[in-house]
Parts: sequence; C-alpha cells; structure tokens
Amino acid sequence: MLLGRTANGLYWMNRYIERAENMARLVDAGLRMALTRTQDASEEWTSVIISSGSDVAFANKYSEYTAANVTDFLLRDVSNPSSVMSSIETARTNARMVRTALTRETWESINEAWMALKRMLAKPIDERELPAVLDAIKRETALIRGAFYGTMLRNEIFDFSQLGTYVERADNTARILDVKYYVLLPSISWVGSTLDNYQWESILRSVSAHRSYRWNYDATYKPSNIADYLILNGRMPRSLAFCYRFISEHLNLLADDYGARHACHATSTKTRSLLKVGSIKDIFDAGLHEFLSDFIRDNTRLGNEIAQDYRFY
Amino acid sequence: MALQGSTRLAAFDEMLPETSGLRKPYTAYDRWLKEQDPARLTQKMEDAERVFRKTGITFAVYGEQEASERLIPFDIVPRIISGQEWRRLTQGIEQRVQALNAFLDDIYHRQEILRAGRVPKDLIARNEAFLPEMIGVRPPAGVYTHIIGIDIVRTSENEFYVLEDNARTPSGVSYMLENRETMMQLFPELFQQIKVRPVENYAQLLRQSLAAVRPERTTDAPTIAVLTPGSFNSAYFEHAFLADQMGVQLVEGQDLRVVDGHVAMRTTEGYKQIDVLYRRVDDAFLDPLTFNPDSALGVPGIMDVYRAGNITIANAPGTGIADDKAIYSYMPEIVEFYTGRKAILGNVPTWRCSEPDSLKYVLEHIHELVIKEVHGSGGYGMLGGPAATKKECADFSAKLASNPSNYIAQPTLALSTVPIMTEKGLAPRHVDLRPYVLVSDRIQLVPGGLTRVALKEGSLVVNSSQGGGTKDTWVLDD
Repeated sequence: MLLGRTANGLYWMNRYIERAENMARLVDAGLRMALTRTQDASEEWTSVIISSGSDVAFANKYSEYTAANVTDFLLRDVSNPSSVMSSIETARTNARMVRTALTRETWESINEAWMALKRMLAKPIDERELPAVLDAIKRETALIRGAFYGTMLRNEIFDFSQLGTYVERADNTARILDVKYYVLLPSISWVGSTLDNYQWESILRSVSAHRSYRWNYDATYKPSNIADYLILNGRMPRSLAFCYRFISEHLNLLADDYGARHACHATSTKTRSLLKVGSIKDIFDAGLHEFLSDFIRDNTRLGNEIAQDYRFY
Repeated sequence: MALQGSTRLAAFDEMLPETSGLRKPYTAYDRWLKEQDPARLTQKMEDAERVFRKTGITFAVYGEQEASERLIPFDIVPRIISGQEWRRLTQGIEQRVQALNAFLDDIYHRQEILRAGRVPKDLIARNEAFLPEMIGVRPPAGVYTHIIGIDIVRTSENEFYVLEDNARTPSGVSYMLENRETMMQLFPELFQQIKVRPVENYAQLLRQSLAAVRPERTTDAPTIAVLTPGSFNSAYFEHAFLADQMGVQLVEGQDLRVVDGHVAMRTTEGYKQIDVLYRRVDDAFLDPLTFNPDSALGVPGIMDVYRAGNITIANAPGTGIADDKAIYSYMPEIVEFYTGRKAILGNVPTWRCSEPDSLKYVLEHIHELVIKEVHGSGGYGMLGGPAATKKECADFSAKLASNPSNYIAQPTLALSTVPIMTEKGLAPRHVDLRPYVLVSDRIQLVPGGLTRVALKEGSLVVNSSQGGGTKDTWVLDD
C-alpha cells in the first residue's frame, strides 16, 4: 500500500534527479562545442538554453548568451526552477517527504549529493573548474541511481520512481532533438546526407551517445541515423523507444498489482506502438518537428494521467 | 585525562564526584578511555558529526532563518546508569504513568479527585489543556497517554526528581536510537567490553503497543499510521524515522478524510481505513470541525470517528491536562490518590504563582528561582533567575505580576553533571534524562533514554533549541 502523496513525491524526486543530470550533460555538450569551435560560441549556448526549455526565463535575465551566463543560469541559479541546484533541492525536498519509502542508502545518497552540490555551487564557477563541477554533478546523480537500483525493493515504490525518471528523460531527449534539428538542418533534403558538422556531435554528446552511435551506425553523422538512434533504437538508454518500453513495463506492473488499468495505460500503449512500428523515414515524411511536438504533448498528458489515475493529489 | 573546568553550582558528577572516587558504573569505561589516544577521540568526534549530517538527522529551529536545518550536537562520552539505579527509576516511572492514566480517566469521567478536594476544581475547568469534548469518552483499551517521556533530574547519589511529565507528544526518542547506532559504529569494541542493555527494539515495542490498543471492533491486524504536521515541522525527521522503523505509513492531514465512519488515507488504490493513529499533531490542530477551524494539519470529523470508537488516537486528545505545569505541582497527591502509595520519584518543589503567598515569595526570590510558563515547553518563555541580569529579572517580575496564574517557579537545582569531551579533555556538564514509556495493556520501558546535556560550561538549560546536546545513555546489564 502506498499513499498517493508518496507516489507523487517519488515521481517528482526522480524527475528532478534526472533533470539535474540532463542539465549537466547539456552544459557539457555546450562547453565541448565552445572549446572546439573557433568562431563565436554564442550560437551554441543559445541552442543549449533553448534545449533546456528555459529560453524565456533566460532572456528576461540576460541579453548575452555567454558561457558564464548560461552555465550560471543552468547550474546555479535558484530562480531557475530547472537549474541543477534547484533540481537537486526539489529532489531532496521530495525525498525528505517520502523518506519512509526510501532505503537508507538511497536517502543518504540524495542527501549527500545535495550537501556536495550546495557547497560546490555556492559561488560562481570559475571556467577552469567547470569540467570538474560537471563531472561531480554526473557522479552524484550516478551514485543516487546506483544506491537506488542496488537497494530498492522492486515494488510500486520502484515503479512510480521509474515512471518519473523515464517521463522526464523522454521529454528531455525529444526537446533536444527538436531544437537541434530546427537549428541545424538547413533544408529537409539534407536529411539523408552526410554532414561534417561538429554540431551534430553535440546532440549525441548531450545524451552521452557520441561513442555508442559509432558502434551502431558508422563514423559519419547522418541526421536520419541520429534521429533513428534517439527516437526508435530500443537499446539506446535515452531514446524515446527505450523510455516508453520501461514506462509501459512499470505501468503494466502497477496494473497487475492493483488489478486495474487506467487512462494512462491507454496513452502509453498508444505512444509505444508508434515508436515500435515506426520507421524513421515515415517520421521524416510526416515531419519530424510535428512528430516531436505531438510526442512532447502526449508525454506531458501521460504524466498528468498518472497523477490523476493514482491519486497523487 | 583530567577533568577540566568547574561549574558554578556544586553539582554531583556521575562519573567522578568530588567527594569520592570514580563511580562504579564508569569503571570499565574509564579504563578503556585511559587507553585511548586523544587524537583518535578527536577524530571520532568529527566522524560522529559526519554520520549525523549524512543521515540527515536534523531539527529545525523556529525563528532562525539561516540555520533552518541544524544538528543537535552529540557528545561521545556516554551517560552510564547501573542496573540497580535503573530498577529504582523504573518502579518510580511505572507508578507515575499508572497514576497519570488513572487521573485522566477520572478527570474526564467522575472527577473524584476534584470531589475529594485533592486538586482544585478551577485548575481543571479553566485550563486550556482540558478538553470538554473528551468528557465521558473512554478511549480504546482505556489508555489515554500511550507514549510518555518523563524528564528526570538527579542531584546526588540517591536523589532523583521528576522535572516534567511529557504526556502529550514527547519527542526525542529517535535521538536515543540514533545515538546508540552512532556509538556502536564509532566504538564497536566498547560494546564488546561492556554489557550495555539494548534499546533498538523500541520501534518494535511501539508498534506492538499501538496494535494492542486498537479499537475493539478491529480484528487481528490493525492498520497503524503516524500523523505528522509535515516535512517542515521541527521533529519531522523523528516522525519519518518512527514510521519507517515500525513499517507503517507516515501520513499528513491532506492524506486523510473520513469515509464511511472511519478515518481513511488516500492511497494509489483509493481510500484505506486506519485503525490506530499515532499523531504528532497537537490537540488544537487535530480536527478543524471540533477545534481550531483554520487547521489544515488535521482531519475534519476525526473526533466523531473517535467518539464512535472507530479509531485509536495516541496519545488521546485532552491528555495535556495531565502534564500541565500547574497540575504537575499536584503530582505527589495525584500519585498517592490513585496508587495508594507515596510517590517513589519526588517532584521538584514548585511554587504556584496563582497563590498569593507563593507569588510574594517568588517575586522576592526571583534571582534564585527558575520560572516557567504553565503551558510552555522547549525552554521558551522561561527565566533562569541566577543566570539572568537585573533588568531581565525586573522585566520578568512585571510579566509575572500581571498574570501570575500563567507561571510556576522552582528552585534552581544543582543538576548532576556527566563529563563531555572537549578539545582540552573531559569537562563536566549538567544533564537530565528522558526515559520513554509505552502503555498498552502493560507498561514498558526500554532501558535507556535520551540524555540531554547543556554544552555551555555552567549552563543548566539542556533544551536542544537553546544550545543543548545529547549523549548516548547506557543502562548496564549488571
């Protein structure tokens, strides 16, 4: 038996842990691009801000897309609810609220991550320190995940936690892909061609897939392959197909446990079947941007349905 | 290692009293301590702090924005009580707890103690802690106060006094458990050398005890939950800790509602009935329909469910009338009235400022006395005469004179000391003791409790909200 409020806390705790990690990865990709390109890096930092979904808030605060402004906004700024610091803070507040549902190891790893990052992000980050800070953020979230997977019972608590992780991740991957394609693809006719553009690597890098891409495809970056990899490849842990495989799995486990199916089951089944049978060519023919917009909308709806069906409020 | 510093009051030191040598309960510990490298002990003190931070054992201090989460300082020197001392304390505590429950039952029913003139009627009728809603209500299993933390102070080898009966919602038991856990992590070898009675089954006893007082109509396996005001409450850590250790749900008011004459919690599968609620929410916030209408912390209608006998609330509403500081002064009479025997544990002499003669005495001797608000707790709103300035005393006298019945006064007791570890070695500090008592169809105590220690040299205020710390409390298996 699980309180609705606890399920809600678990779901959001994991969404925010995932978000913190994604922010760090996004900044990491931006940093990498800024370092390898000789020309003005503000274009790359602009796309980082748009991918993070916080372009309006950023524009209200800053006029220039510099490394210092962007990293400060995405890592430290507590007025930005999706910054790493805000995310970790929210994750911990939720963890504290659902403390009894977590193993001691999981709680301690979150609490320690919060303590470490609070200390590390207390002052503006020196450019030279940035790689170490980004590593530390990824390490802390990896430790949380390790403690979580290693010690938590595979019950409803685990299911709601995983739903949070994968709904957040799917949203994140879809956004990055959408933004980058908008920015990068000069014309739809370029889709099948080989592009020699460091920017393509940044998409893969921001989901930690730049090396594994080469194991699965070839050394060159083809927009169609990249989209295939991030949308349809069921083995790639940040792809939409992968996320929905696990969302469906955990929703089905809940349905079996509780003996009841809800609206969220129908939604996830529908989305999953699109990802299972679809070919990347069909998706491009119908319009990638349209596909991704629909996906993001449905994914958000799924989150709301889960909250409603399982009495989060 | 030599004892450093001195306290202003000639206090009894429980380890090394001035008049005699090392006390027996401390012999084995002292032997071990003398073999330790001071540098290692300093390291252990730092380790202890790290353990507490890591596990997130913090408490919130009201009114301090900066340090919204703080640690209660932990001292690595244990407070050691012999088996014989503990047996005597146990007898005294059991007697007192029995009397407290009998008093509550009487006060909400026949009021024989008032009729007998042993406690003034006014003191009950005009007391905010007395809940008219409880008149004639008999809680499941007849128990009113299920979980009690009795504060005990010591002034010499054989003198123990009860300072306060915390009969509504005593806190701190999680520190008792975590302090032991931490000590065992830091000094495993000590527990091999010295036989210390275990306290870790407290949560199990608490769960059994709560299950035993379930409503009559409930069958074998009652659903138990802990009700917390929420994660911003200063004792939230403890609420979560206890729910976790007992393996029961930790609920907030927003999770609960009355469904078909029962209190139920909102789960992912719908509403589920609760049979026993260990509430850590004050009476006033329990039921907005009956008490404070603005409360969002409670459950609308829970009092109706309670009166219908469909839920156990621990501790029962209205229990506060028994640990009110004005009632406290009558405890010797109360114990004798209900148990037929003299109280084994004495009270600290108390002046009730509501009585003109007492008020006069208190105002004349304010520099020597400790003055407390009748309904206050946690060391707030009190005056420690000997440590206060002339102006503080004068200001307090004015407050006192304008509303005398709001105050009681007690002599400044020379609380016993136990050494703490400082950078310069051991140094004596004043302590008190809060053992935890569970009441169901029987009375149970875990051997130990929470020792609070005033960390500032000479200070007598042990409250964590006022700079106090804690120690692990050992009851020897001898």
